[in-house]
Amino acid sequence: MYRYYKKYVPYLFILPAAVILVLFFFIPFIETVVLSFRDYSTNLYDPNFVGLDNYVSLLKSKEFYKVMWNTFLYVIGAVPILATVPLFLAILINQKIRCLNLYKILIYLPVIISIVVVAIAFKWLYATQGILNYFAELFKISPIDWLTSPDVAIWSVIIVTIYKGIGYYMMIYLSALIGAPKDLLEAAEVDGAGLIQKHLNVTIPYLMPTIALVVTVSTISALKVFAEIYVMTRGGPLDSTKTIVYYIYERAFENLDLSMASAASVVLLIIVMVFSALNILVFEKGKYEP
Amino acid sequence: MNRHTKGFLSHLILITVSILSIFPFLWLVSTALKGQAENIFQYPPEFMPKFPTFENFVGVWHQIDFVGYFINSLIVAGFTVVLNVIFSALAAYPLARMNFKGKNLIFYLILATIMVPFQAIMLPIYLIVLKLNMIDSVSHFAGYVGLILPFAVNAFGIFLMRQAFMAIPKELEEAAFADGCNIFQIWWKILLPCVAPTCAVLAVFTFIGSWGEFLWPSIVLTDKSLYTLPVGINDLQGMFSANWRYIAAGSIISVIPILIFFLAMQRYFIAGHNDGAVKG
Repeated sequence: MYRYYKKYVPYLFILPAAVILVLFFFIPFIETVVLSFRDYSTNLYDPNFVGLDNYVSLLKSKEFYKVMWNTFLYVIGAVPILATVPLFLAILINQKIRCLNLYKILIYLPVIISIVVVAIAFKWLYATQGILNYFAELFKISPIDWLTSPDVAIWSVIIVTIYKGIGYYMMIYLSALIGAPKDLLEAAEVDGAGLIQKHLNVTIPYLMPTIALVVTVSTISALKVFAEIYVMTRGGPLDSTKTIVYYIYERAFENLDLSMASAASVVLLIIVMVFSALNILVFEKGKYEP
Repeated sequence: MNRHTKGFLSHLILITVSILSIFPFLWLVSTALKGQAENIFQYPPEFMPKFPTFENFVGVWHQIDFVGYFINSLIVAGFTVVLNVIFSALAAYPLARMNFKGKNLIFYLILATIMVPFQAIMLPIYLIVLKLNMIDSVSHFAGYVGLILPFAVNAFGIFLMRQAFMAIPKELEEAAFADGCNIFQIWWKILLPCVAPTCAVLAVFTFIGSWGEFLWPSIVLTDKSLYTLPVGINDLQGMFSANWRYIAAGSIISVIPILIFFLAMQRYFIAGHNDGAVKG
Protein backbone atom coordinates (compact mmCIF):
# COMPACT_ATOMS: atom_id res chain seq x y z
CA MET A 1 0.00 0.00 0.00
CA TYR A 2 1.20 3.51 -0.68
CA ARG A 3 2.08 5.68 2.30
CA TYR A 4 -0.11 8.69 2.81
CA TYR A 5 1.73 10.07 5.83
CA LYS A 6 5.24 11.21 6.61
CA LYS A 7 7.53 9.08 8.75
CA TYR A 8 7.30 11.21 11.88
CA VAL A 9 3.49 11.42 11.85
CA PRO A 10 2.76 8.35 14.02
CA TYR A 11 5.02 9.69 16.77
CA LEU A 12 3.30 13.07 16.59
CA PHE A 13 -0.06 11.39 17.23
CA ILE A 14 1.30 9.48 20.21
CA LEU A 15 3.23 12.41 21.67
CA PRO A 16 0.57 13.96 23.99
CA ALA A 17 -0.30 10.61 25.56
CA ALA A 18 3.39 9.72 25.81
CA VAL A 19 4.19 12.92 27.72
CA ILE A 20 1.44 12.24 30.27
CA LEU A 21 2.33 8.56 30.65
CA VAL A 22 6.04 9.29 31.09
CA LEU A 23 5.44 12.11 33.55
CA PHE A 24 2.72 10.43 35.62
CA PHE A 25 3.41 6.70 35.18
CA PHE A 26 6.95 5.80 34.21
CA ILE A 27 8.89 8.38 36.20
CA PRO A 28 6.79 7.89 39.37
CA PHE A 29 7.09 4.14 38.94
CA ILE A 30 10.89 4.31 38.91
CA GLU A 31 10.85 6.95 41.63
CA THR A 32 8.80 4.69 43.91
CA VAL A 33 11.40 1.96 43.65
CA VAL A 34 14.28 4.43 44.15
CA LEU A 35 12.62 6.08 47.16
CA SER A 36 12.17 2.69 48.81
CA PHE A 37 15.96 2.21 48.91
CA ARG A 38 16.62 5.53 50.61
CA ASP A 39 16.37 6.87 54.12
CA TYR A 40 14.48 10.13 54.44
CA SER A 41 14.33 10.27 58.21
CA THR A 42 17.83 11.76 58.67
CA ASN A 43 17.95 14.18 55.76
CA LEU A 44 14.93 14.98 53.63
CA TYR A 45 16.95 16.71 50.89
CA ASP A 46 19.93 14.40 50.59
CA PRO A 47 18.73 10.96 51.66
CA ASN A 48 21.23 8.13 52.08
CA PHE A 49 21.08 4.98 50.04
CA VAL A 50 20.26 2.27 52.58
CA GLY A 51 19.67 -0.78 50.43
CA LEU A 52 16.96 -3.03 51.76
CA ASP A 53 16.83 -1.41 55.21
CA ASN A 54 13.35 0.01 54.66
CA TYR A 55 12.03 -3.40 53.69
CA VAL A 56 13.67 -4.92 56.74
CA SER A 57 12.01 -2.39 59.05
CA LEU A 58 8.74 -2.98 57.22
CA LEU A 59 9.02 -6.71 57.87
CA LYS A 60 9.93 -6.05 61.51
CA SER A 61 6.94 -3.79 62.03
CA LYS A 62 3.98 -5.44 63.74
CA GLU A 63 1.73 -2.79 62.21
CA PHE A 64 2.66 -3.86 58.71
CA TYR A 65 1.74 -7.50 59.42
CA LYS A 66 -1.58 -6.28 60.74
CA VAL A 67 -2.03 -4.21 57.59
CA MET A 68 -1.24 -7.15 55.30
CA TRP A 69 -3.57 -9.40 57.28
CA ASN A 70 -6.37 -6.85 56.97
CA THR A 71 -5.73 -6.54 53.25
CA PHE A 72 -5.90 -10.31 52.95
CA LEU A 73 -9.19 -10.39 54.90
CA TYR A 74 -10.53 -7.71 52.59
CA VAL A 75 -9.81 -9.79 49.49
CA ILE A 76 -11.11 -13.00 51.08
CA GLY A 77 -14.26 -11.23 52.24
CA ALA A 78 -15.11 -9.30 49.10
CA VAL A 79 -13.97 -11.35 46.11
CA PRO A 80 -16.02 -14.57 46.49
CA ILE A 81 -19.23 -12.58 46.87
CA LEU A 82 -18.39 -10.18 44.04
CA ALA A 83 -17.66 -13.11 41.73
CA THR A 84 -20.87 -15.03 42.47
CA VAL A 85 -23.79 -12.79 43.48
CA PRO A 86 -23.54 -10.58 40.37
CA LEU A 87 -23.41 -13.73 38.23
CA PHE A 88 -26.61 -14.99 39.81
CA LEU A 89 -28.30 -11.60 39.30
CA ALA A 90 -27.11 -11.41 35.70
CA ILE A 91 -28.63 -14.81 34.93
CA LEU A 92 -31.92 -13.69 36.50
CA ILE A 93 -31.96 -10.41 34.57
CA ASN A 94 -30.98 -12.11 31.32
CA GLN A 95 -34.43 -13.73 31.09
CA LYS A 96 -37.22 -12.24 29.03
CA ILE A 97 -38.95 -10.56 31.93
CA ARG A 98 -40.76 -7.31 32.54
CA CYS A 99 -39.16 -4.24 34.17
CA LEU A 100 -35.76 -5.57 33.16
CA ASN A 101 -34.33 -2.12 32.53
CA LEU A 102 -35.62 -0.76 35.81
CA TYR A 103 -33.90 -3.55 37.74
CA LYS A 104 -30.69 -2.92 35.84
CA ILE A 105 -30.76 0.80 36.63
CA LEU A 106 -31.56 0.34 40.31
CA ILE A 107 -28.89 -2.31 40.85
CA TYR A 108 -26.31 -0.29 38.89
CA LEU A 109 -27.06 2.93 40.78
CA PRO A 110 -24.51 2.48 43.62
CA VAL A 111 -21.78 2.13 40.99
CA ILE A 112 -22.20 5.68 39.70
CA ILE A 113 -22.67 7.36 43.07
CA SER A 114 -19.50 8.70 44.69
CA ILE A 115 -17.98 6.26 47.17
CA VAL A 116 -17.92 9.10 49.72
CA VAL A 117 -21.71 9.39 49.67
CA VAL A 118 -22.12 5.60 49.78
CA ALA A 119 -19.78 5.38 52.78
CA ILE A 120 -21.68 8.18 54.58
CA ALA A 121 -25.01 6.45 53.88
CA PHE A 122 -23.66 3.23 55.41
CA LYS A 123 -22.17 5.06 58.38
CA TRP A 124 -25.70 6.23 59.10
CA LEU A 125 -27.11 2.70 58.74
CA TYR A 126 -24.36 1.46 61.07
CA ALA A 127 -25.00 4.11 63.76
CA THR A 128 -25.16 2.72 67.31
CA GLN A 129 -28.83 3.61 67.53
CA GLY A 130 -29.21 3.18 63.80
CA ILE A 131 -31.67 1.24 61.71
CA LEU A 132 -29.52 -1.90 61.38
CA ASN A 133 -29.30 -2.26 65.14
CA TYR A 134 -33.07 -1.87 65.27
CA PHE A 135 -33.37 -4.89 62.96
CA ALA A 136 -30.84 -6.69 65.15
CA GLU A 137 -33.06 -5.99 68.12
CA LEU A 138 -36.08 -7.38 66.25
CA PHE A 139 -34.19 -10.64 65.88
CA LYS A 140 -33.23 -10.53 69.57
CA ILE A 141 -29.57 -9.85 68.78
CA SER A 142 -27.81 -7.41 71.07
CA PRO A 143 -26.75 -4.17 69.32
CA ILE A 144 -23.69 -4.59 67.12
CA ASP A 145 -20.77 -2.13 67.23
CA TRP A 146 -20.57 -2.06 63.45
CA LEU A 147 -17.72 0.41 63.16
CA THR A 148 -16.38 0.60 66.70
CA SER A 149 -15.58 -3.03 67.44
CA PRO A 150 -12.16 -4.20 66.23
CA ASP A 151 -13.62 -7.60 65.37
CA VAL A 152 -16.54 -6.32 63.34
CA ALA A 153 -15.43 -3.07 61.71
CA ILE A 154 -13.51 -4.56 58.78
CA TRP A 155 -16.51 -6.68 57.76
CA SER A 156 -18.77 -3.64 57.93
CA VAL A 157 -16.43 -1.78 55.58
CA ILE A 158 -16.11 -4.81 53.27
CA ILE A 159 -19.91 -4.84 52.96
CA VAL A 160 -19.75 -1.29 51.60
CA THR A 161 -17.17 -2.29 48.98
CA ILE A 162 -19.31 -5.27 47.97
CA TYR A 163 -22.44 -3.13 47.81
CA LYS A 164 -20.70 -0.63 45.54
CA GLY A 165 -19.35 -3.34 43.22
CA ILE A 166 -22.32 -5.67 42.66
CA GLY A 167 -23.89 -3.66 39.81
CA TYR A 168 -20.58 -3.24 38.03
CA TYR A 169 -19.76 -6.93 37.91
CA MET A 170 -23.37 -7.78 37.08
CA MET A 171 -23.03 -5.68 33.93
CA ILE A 172 -19.81 -7.47 33.01
CA TYR A 173 -21.58 -10.82 33.33
CA LEU A 174 -24.61 -9.55 31.42
CA SER A 175 -22.50 -8.51 28.46
CA ALA A 176 -20.76 -11.89 28.50
CA LEU A 177 -24.16 -13.62 28.58
CA ILE A 178 -25.13 -12.03 25.25
CA GLY A 179 -22.95 -14.61 23.54
CA ALA A 180 -24.14 -17.58 25.59
CA PRO A 181 -24.74 -20.66 23.41
CA LYS A 182 -28.54 -20.61 22.90
CA ASP A 183 -28.62 -23.95 21.08
CA LEU A 184 -26.95 -25.72 24.00
CA LEU A 185 -29.33 -24.10 26.46
CA GLU A 186 -32.31 -25.20 24.36
CA ALA A 187 -30.88 -28.68 24.03
CA ALA A 188 -30.54 -28.87 27.79
CA GLU A 189 -34.19 -27.82 28.11
CA VAL A 190 -35.30 -30.48 25.65
CA ASP A 191 -33.34 -33.05 27.65
CA GLY A 192 -35.47 -32.04 30.62
CA ALA A 193 -32.78 -30.25 32.59
CA GLY A 194 -34.16 -28.03 35.34
CA LEU A 195 -33.44 -24.33 35.53
CA ILE A 196 -30.56 -24.69 37.96
CA GLN A 197 -29.14 -27.74 36.19
CA LYS A 198 -29.30 -25.96 32.85
CA HIS A 199 -27.23 -23.04 34.07
CA LEU A 200 -24.81 -25.21 36.02
CA ASN A 201 -24.11 -27.38 32.98
CA VAL A 202 -24.13 -24.80 30.21
CA THR A 203 -24.01 -21.17 31.37
CA ILE A 204 -21.41 -21.46 34.11
CA PRO A 205 -18.84 -23.42 32.04
CA TYR A 206 -19.38 -20.94 29.20
CA LEU A 207 -18.76 -18.01 31.57
CA MET A 208 -15.67 -19.52 33.21
CA PRO A 209 -13.24 -17.03 31.55
CA THR A 210 -15.47 -14.12 32.62
CA ILE A 211 -15.67 -15.46 36.17
CA ALA A 212 -11.88 -15.69 36.27
CA LEU A 213 -11.65 -12.13 34.97
CA VAL A 214 -14.07 -10.87 37.62
CA VAL A 215 -12.06 -12.67 40.31
CA THR A 216 -8.82 -10.95 39.32
CA VAL A 217 -10.39 -7.55 38.65
CA SER A 218 -12.24 -7.55 41.98
CA THR A 219 -9.11 -8.77 43.78
CA ILE A 220 -7.17 -5.84 42.38
CA SER A 221 -9.87 -3.36 43.38
CA ALA A 222 -10.07 -4.87 46.88
CA LEU A 223 -6.30 -4.43 47.20
CA LYS A 224 -6.66 -0.76 46.23
CA VAL A 225 -9.51 0.15 48.57
CA PHE A 226 -9.15 3.51 50.30
CA ALA A 227 -12.10 5.93 50.37
CA GLU A 228 -14.50 3.70 52.33
CA ILE A 229 -11.88 3.29 55.05
CA TYR A 230 -10.96 6.97 55.10
CA VAL A 231 -14.57 8.11 55.35
CA MET A 232 -15.84 5.48 57.80
CA THR A 233 -13.09 4.39 60.18
CA ARG A 234 -9.77 6.09 59.37
CA GLY A 235 -8.15 2.69 59.74
CA GLY A 236 -9.46 2.20 63.27
CA PRO A 237 -10.46 0.94 65.76
CA LEU A 238 -7.01 -0.34 66.83
CA ASP A 239 -5.81 -0.49 63.20
CA SER A 240 -8.42 -3.17 62.53
CA THR A 241 -9.48 -1.66 59.18
CA LYS A 242 -6.10 -0.38 58.07
CA THR A 243 -5.35 -1.94 54.69
CA ILE A 244 -2.30 -1.34 52.54
CA VAL A 245 -3.36 1.75 50.59
CA TYR A 246 -4.55 3.47 53.75
CA TYR A 247 -1.23 2.59 55.36
CA ILE A 248 0.70 4.07 52.42
CA TYR A 249 -1.46 7.20 52.55
CA GLU A 250 -0.91 7.60 56.28
CA ARG A 251 2.84 7.04 56.08
CA ALA A 252 3.32 9.31 53.07
CA PHE A 253 0.96 12.18 53.72
CA GLU A 254 0.37 12.23 57.47
CA ASN A 255 3.63 10.95 58.97
CA LEU A 256 5.81 12.15 56.06
CA ASP A 257 7.68 8.85 56.31
CA LEU A 258 8.53 8.62 52.62
CA SER A 259 10.82 5.62 53.03
CA MET A 260 8.32 3.27 54.64
CA ALA A 261 5.54 4.55 52.38
CA SER A 262 7.60 3.70 49.30
CA ALA A 263 8.64 0.29 50.54
CA ALA A 264 4.97 -0.54 51.21
CA SER A 265 4.11 0.87 47.77
CA VAL A 266 6.55 -1.52 46.13
CA VAL A 267 4.88 -4.41 47.97
CA LEU A 268 1.49 -3.26 46.67
CA LEU A 269 2.96 -2.83 43.18
CA ILE A 270 4.27 -6.37 43.07
CA ILE A 271 1.02 -7.93 44.29
CA VAL A 272 -1.17 -5.95 41.91
CA MET A 273 1.16 -6.56 38.98
CA VAL A 274 0.92 -10.32 39.49
CA PHE A 275 -2.89 -10.25 39.24
CA SER A 276 -2.82 -7.73 36.40
CA ALA A 277 -0.33 -9.77 34.42
CA LEU A 278 -2.55 -12.81 34.91
CA ASN A 279 -5.43 -10.81 33.43
CA ILE A 280 -3.56 -9.52 30.44
CA LEU A 281 -1.69 -12.70 29.60
CA VAL A 282 -4.41 -15.23 30.27
CA PHE A 283 -7.96 -13.96 30.71
CA GLU A 284 -7.98 -11.09 28.23
CA LYS A 285 -5.43 -12.54 25.88
CA GLY A 286 -7.09 -11.55 22.64
CA LYS A 287 -7.77 -8.01 23.70
CA TYR A 288 -4.20 -6.79 23.86
CA GLU A 289 -2.29 -7.79 20.75
CA PRO A 290 -0.16 -5.37 18.80
CA MET B 1 -41.35 -25.48 38.74
CA ASN B 2 -43.76 -24.09 36.16
CA ARG B 3 -43.21 -20.93 34.21
CA HIS B 4 -45.35 -18.73 36.44
CA THR B 5 -43.67 -19.60 39.71
CA LYS B 6 -40.32 -19.25 37.99
CA GLY B 7 -41.16 -15.73 36.79
CA PHE B 8 -42.63 -14.81 40.15
CA LEU B 9 -39.53 -15.98 41.98
CA SER B 10 -37.22 -14.06 39.61
CA HIS B 11 -39.21 -10.89 40.15
CA LEU B 12 -39.29 -11.41 43.90
CA ILE B 13 -35.51 -11.74 44.10
CA LEU B 14 -34.85 -8.85 41.74
CA ILE B 15 -37.29 -6.56 43.53
CA THR B 16 -35.66 -7.39 46.88
CA VAL B 17 -32.17 -6.72 45.52
CA SER B 18 -33.31 -3.48 43.86
CA ILE B 19 -34.80 -2.23 47.12
CA LEU B 20 -31.66 -3.19 49.06
CA SER B 21 -29.65 -1.41 46.42
CA ILE B 22 -31.38 1.95 46.88
CA PHE B 23 -32.31 1.61 50.54
CA PRO B 24 -29.23 3.37 52.00
CA PHE B 25 -30.06 6.43 49.89
CA LEU B 26 -33.78 6.32 50.66
CA TRP B 27 -32.92 6.21 54.35
CA LEU B 28 -30.72 9.30 53.90
CA VAL B 29 -33.60 11.08 52.15
CA SER B 30 -35.96 10.09 54.94
CA THR B 31 -33.54 11.39 57.57
CA ALA B 32 -32.93 14.61 55.67
CA LEU B 33 -36.68 15.29 55.51
CA LYS B 34 -37.17 14.99 59.26
CA GLY B 35 -37.28 18.23 61.24
CA GLN B 36 -36.05 18.98 64.75
CA ALA B 37 -39.41 17.86 66.17
CA GLU B 38 -38.79 14.27 65.06
CA ASN B 39 -36.37 11.96 66.82
CA ILE B 40 -34.16 10.42 64.12
CA PHE B 41 -32.91 7.79 66.59
CA GLN B 42 -36.31 6.54 67.71
CA TYR B 43 -37.18 2.82 67.83
CA PRO B 44 -39.00 1.65 65.86
CA PRO B 45 -37.63 3.94 63.13
CA GLU B 46 -40.19 5.85 61.08
CA PHE B 47 -39.51 5.47 57.40
CA MET B 48 -41.96 8.17 56.34
CA PRO B 49 -41.29 11.52 58.05
CA LYS B 50 -44.37 12.61 60.00
CA PHE B 51 -43.84 16.28 59.20
CA PRO B 52 -41.62 16.36 56.11
CA THR B 53 -39.63 19.56 55.86
CA PHE B 54 -36.94 21.04 53.64
CA GLU B 55 -35.36 23.00 56.49
CA ASN B 56 -32.28 20.73 56.57
CA PHE B 57 -31.70 21.15 52.86
CA VAL B 58 -32.05 24.95 53.18
CA GLY B 59 -29.85 25.00 56.28
CA VAL B 60 -27.01 22.98 54.80
CA TRP B 61 -27.27 24.86 51.49
CA HIS B 62 -26.55 28.15 53.29
CA GLN B 63 -23.51 26.80 55.12
CA ILE B 64 -21.86 24.81 52.36
CA ASP B 65 -20.70 26.18 49.02
CA PHE B 66 -22.40 23.47 46.96
CA VAL B 67 -22.37 25.59 43.81
CA GLY B 68 -18.63 26.11 44.18
CA TYR B 69 -17.95 22.39 44.75
CA PHE B 70 -20.22 21.54 41.84
CA ILE B 71 -18.40 23.94 39.51
CA ASN B 72 -15.01 22.59 40.63
CA SER B 73 -16.15 19.01 40.02
CA LEU B 74 -17.52 20.04 36.63
CA ILE B 75 -14.28 21.77 35.61
CA VAL B 76 -12.12 18.85 36.72
CA ALA B 77 -14.33 16.11 35.28
CA GLY B 78 -15.02 18.12 32.09
CA PHE B 79 -11.37 18.73 31.23
CA THR B 80 -10.38 15.20 32.26
CA VAL B 81 -12.98 13.85 29.82
CA VAL B 82 -11.97 16.12 26.93
CA LEU B 83 -8.25 15.41 27.34
CA ASN B 84 -8.85 11.67 27.69
CA VAL B 85 -10.94 11.46 24.54
CA ILE B 86 -8.54 13.57 22.45
CA PHE B 87 -5.28 12.05 23.70
CA SER B 88 -6.61 8.47 23.54
CA ALA B 89 -8.02 8.93 20.05
CA LEU B 90 -4.76 10.52 18.88
CA ALA B 91 -2.50 7.81 20.30
CA ALA B 92 -4.82 4.97 19.28
CA TYR B 93 -4.92 5.85 15.58
CA PRO B 94 -1.30 5.05 14.64
CA LEU B 95 -1.35 2.03 16.97
CA ALA B 96 -4.35 0.67 15.09
CA ARG B 97 -3.48 1.71 11.57
CA MET B 98 0.12 2.68 10.86
CA ASN B 99 3.42 0.87 10.65
CA PHE B 100 6.37 2.58 12.24
CA LYS B 101 9.61 1.84 14.04
CA GLY B 102 9.18 0.94 17.69
CA LYS B 103 5.45 0.33 17.37
CA ASN B 104 5.52 -2.91 19.34
CA LEU B 105 7.73 -1.41 22.04
CA ILE B 106 5.37 1.56 22.46
CA PHE B 107 2.41 -0.80 22.49
CA TYR B 108 3.87 -2.91 25.29
CA LEU B 109 4.98 0.12 27.29
CA ILE B 110 1.43 1.47 27.23
CA LEU B 111 0.11 -1.98 28.12
CA ALA B 112 2.53 -2.10 31.05
CA THR B 113 0.95 1.00 32.60
CA ILE B 114 -2.30 -0.97 33.03
CA MET B 115 -0.55 -3.07 35.64
CA VAL B 116 0.63 -0.12 37.72
CA PRO B 117 -1.94 0.95 40.32
CA PHE B 118 -2.16 4.69 40.91
CA GLN B 119 -2.18 4.09 44.67
CA ALA B 120 1.33 2.62 44.58
CA ILE B 121 2.87 5.56 42.73
CA MET B 122 0.81 8.43 44.12
CA LEU B 123 3.60 9.68 46.38
CA PRO B 124 6.10 10.38 43.57
CA ILE B 125 3.23 11.75 41.45
CA TYR B 126 2.53 14.19 44.27
CA LEU B 127 6.22 15.14 44.46
CA ILE B 128 6.28 15.74 40.68
CA VAL B 129 3.12 17.84 40.83
CA LEU B 130 4.70 19.88 43.62
CA LYS B 131 7.92 20.32 41.65
CA LEU B 132 6.00 21.50 38.59
CA ASN B 133 4.07 24.00 40.74
CA MET B 134 0.73 22.43 39.78
CA ILE B 135 -0.74 23.03 43.21
CA ASP B 136 -3.53 25.23 44.55
CA SER B 137 -1.21 27.23 46.83
CA VAL B 138 0.34 28.68 43.65
CA SER B 139 -2.91 29.68 41.96
CA HIS B 140 -6.39 28.33 41.31
CA PHE B 141 -5.42 27.54 37.75
CA ALA B 142 -2.36 25.58 38.89
CA GLY B 143 -4.57 23.71 41.34
CA TYR B 144 -6.95 22.63 38.60
CA VAL B 145 -4.05 21.55 36.40
CA GLY B 146 -2.66 19.41 39.21
CA LEU B 147 -6.06 17.76 39.68
CA ILE B 148 -6.54 17.07 35.97
CA LEU B 149 -3.21 16.37 34.28
CA PRO B 150 -2.19 13.12 36.04
CA PHE B 151 -5.49 11.62 34.79
CA ALA B 152 -5.42 13.17 31.32
CA VAL B 153 -4.96 9.82 29.57
CA ASN B 154 -4.64 6.15 30.46
CA ALA B 155 -4.01 2.86 28.75
CA PHE B 156 -7.62 1.67 29.01
CA GLY B 157 -8.82 4.63 26.96
CA ILE B 158 -6.11 4.16 24.37
CA PHE B 159 -6.91 0.48 23.92
CA LEU B 160 -10.64 1.12 23.79
CA MET B 161 -10.16 3.68 21.01
CA ARG B 162 -7.69 1.42 19.23
CA GLN B 163 -10.29 -1.32 19.00
CA ALA B 164 -12.73 1.15 17.50
CA PHE B 165 -10.25 2.37 14.87
CA MET B 166 -9.39 -1.19 13.89
CA ALA B 167 -13.03 -1.82 12.97
CA ILE B 168 -13.10 0.93 10.31
CA PRO B 169 -12.51 -0.24 6.71
CA LYS B 170 -9.18 0.94 5.28
CA GLU B 171 -10.80 2.08 2.02
CA LEU B 172 -12.27 5.05 3.85
CA GLU B 173 -8.83 6.53 4.55
CA GLU B 174 -7.59 5.80 1.06
CA ALA B 175 -10.58 7.53 -0.49
CA ALA B 176 -10.10 10.53 1.78
CA PHE B 177 -6.43 10.70 0.84
CA ALA B 178 -7.31 10.56 -2.84
CA ASP B 179 -9.67 13.47 -2.22
CA GLY B 180 -6.71 15.51 -0.97
CA CYS B 181 -7.12 15.26 2.79
CA ASN B 182 -3.92 15.29 4.85
CA ILE B 183 -3.44 12.76 7.62
CA PHE B 184 -4.68 15.03 10.38
CA GLN B 185 -7.79 15.90 8.38
CA ILE B 186 -8.43 12.20 7.79
CA TRP B 187 -8.24 11.59 11.54
CA TRP B 188 -10.37 14.57 12.50
CA LYS B 189 -12.98 14.71 9.73
CA ILE B 190 -13.32 11.13 8.55
CA LEU B 191 -12.31 8.70 11.29
CA LEU B 192 -13.29 10.49 14.48
CA PRO B 193 -16.98 10.71 13.46
CA CYS B 194 -16.87 6.95 12.77
CA VAL B 195 -15.66 6.19 16.30
CA ALA B 196 -17.93 8.76 17.96
CA PRO B 197 -19.95 6.10 19.83
CA THR B 198 -16.77 4.74 21.42
CA CYS B 199 -15.70 8.30 22.26
CA ALA B 200 -19.06 8.73 24.02
CA VAL B 201 -18.55 5.52 26.01
CA LEU B 202 -15.04 6.59 27.01
CA ALA B 203 -16.33 10.06 27.93
CA VAL B 204 -19.15 8.75 30.10
CA PHE B 205 -16.97 6.32 32.05
CA THR B 206 -14.18 8.86 32.48
CA PHE B 207 -16.70 11.41 33.70
CA ILE B 208 -18.12 9.10 36.35
CA GLY B 209 -14.64 8.11 37.50
CA SER B 210 -13.40 11.66 37.73
CA TRP B 211 -16.60 12.93 39.36
CA GLY B 212 -16.39 10.40 42.19
CA GLU B 213 -12.59 10.53 42.64
CA PHE B 214 -11.65 11.12 46.26
CA LEU B 215 -8.09 10.00 46.96
CA TRP B 216 -6.16 12.33 44.67
CA PRO B 217 -8.11 15.55 45.39
CA SER B 218 -7.88 14.88 49.12
CA ILE B 219 -4.09 14.61 48.75
CA VAL B 220 -3.43 17.70 46.62
CA LEU B 221 -6.11 20.15 47.72
CA THR B 222 -5.33 22.59 50.50
CA ASP B 223 -7.59 25.45 49.45
CA LYS B 224 -11.22 24.89 50.38
CA SER B 225 -12.45 26.98 47.47
CA LEU B 226 -11.10 24.32 45.11
CA TYR B 227 -12.80 21.36 46.82
CA THR B 228 -14.62 18.97 44.52
CA LEU B 229 -17.94 17.47 45.65
CA PRO B 230 -16.59 14.23 47.19
CA VAL B 231 -14.00 16.12 49.26
CA GLY B 232 -16.58 18.71 50.28
CA ILE B 233 -19.11 16.05 51.24
CA ASN B 234 -16.57 14.17 53.35
CA ASP B 235 -15.95 17.50 55.07
CA LEU B 236 -19.63 17.64 56.13
CA GLN B 237 -18.86 14.96 58.72
CA GLY B 238 -16.38 17.18 60.49
CA MET B 239 -18.54 20.30 60.26
CA PHE B 240 -21.79 18.84 61.54
CA SER B 241 -20.31 16.04 63.63
CA ALA B 242 -23.54 14.70 65.06
CA ASN B 243 -26.07 16.53 62.94
CA TRP B 244 -27.13 13.65 60.75
CA ARG B 245 -30.04 15.63 59.32
CA TYR B 246 -27.61 18.09 57.74
CA ILE B 247 -25.10 15.42 56.70
CA ALA B 248 -27.91 13.46 55.04
CA ALA B 249 -29.36 16.53 53.32
CA GLY B 250 -25.93 17.58 52.04
CA SER B 251 -25.15 14.11 50.72
CA ILE B 252 -28.47 13.95 48.88
CA ILE B 253 -27.95 17.38 47.30
CA SER B 254 -24.52 16.24 46.07
CA VAL B 255 -25.96 13.15 44.39
CA ILE B 256 -28.60 14.91 42.28
CA PRO B 257 -26.35 16.10 39.39
CA ILE B 258 -24.74 12.70 38.80
CA LEU B 259 -28.11 10.98 39.06
CA ILE B 260 -29.48 13.16 36.26
CA PHE B 261 -26.35 12.52 34.22
CA PHE B 262 -26.67 8.76 34.68
CA LEU B 263 -30.33 8.60 33.75
CA ALA B 264 -29.67 10.67 30.63
CA MET B 265 -26.65 8.60 29.58
CA GLN B 266 -27.67 5.11 30.72
CA ARG B 267 -27.50 3.54 27.26
CA TYR B 268 -23.79 4.42 27.04
CA PHE B 269 -23.13 2.58 30.29
CA ILE B 270 -24.68 -0.55 28.86
CA ALA B 271 -22.85 -0.06 25.56
CA GLY B 272 -19.60 0.44 27.44
CA HIS B 273 -19.90 -2.79 29.34
CA ASN B 274 -20.69 -4.58 26.09
CA ASP B 275 -17.53 -3.11 24.52
CA GLY B 276 -15.50 -4.59 27.34
CA ALA B 277 -14.51 -1.22 28.76
CA VAL B 278 -13.57 -2.95 31.99
CA LYS B 279 -11.18 -1.46 34.48
CA GLY B 280 -9.26 -3.22 37.19
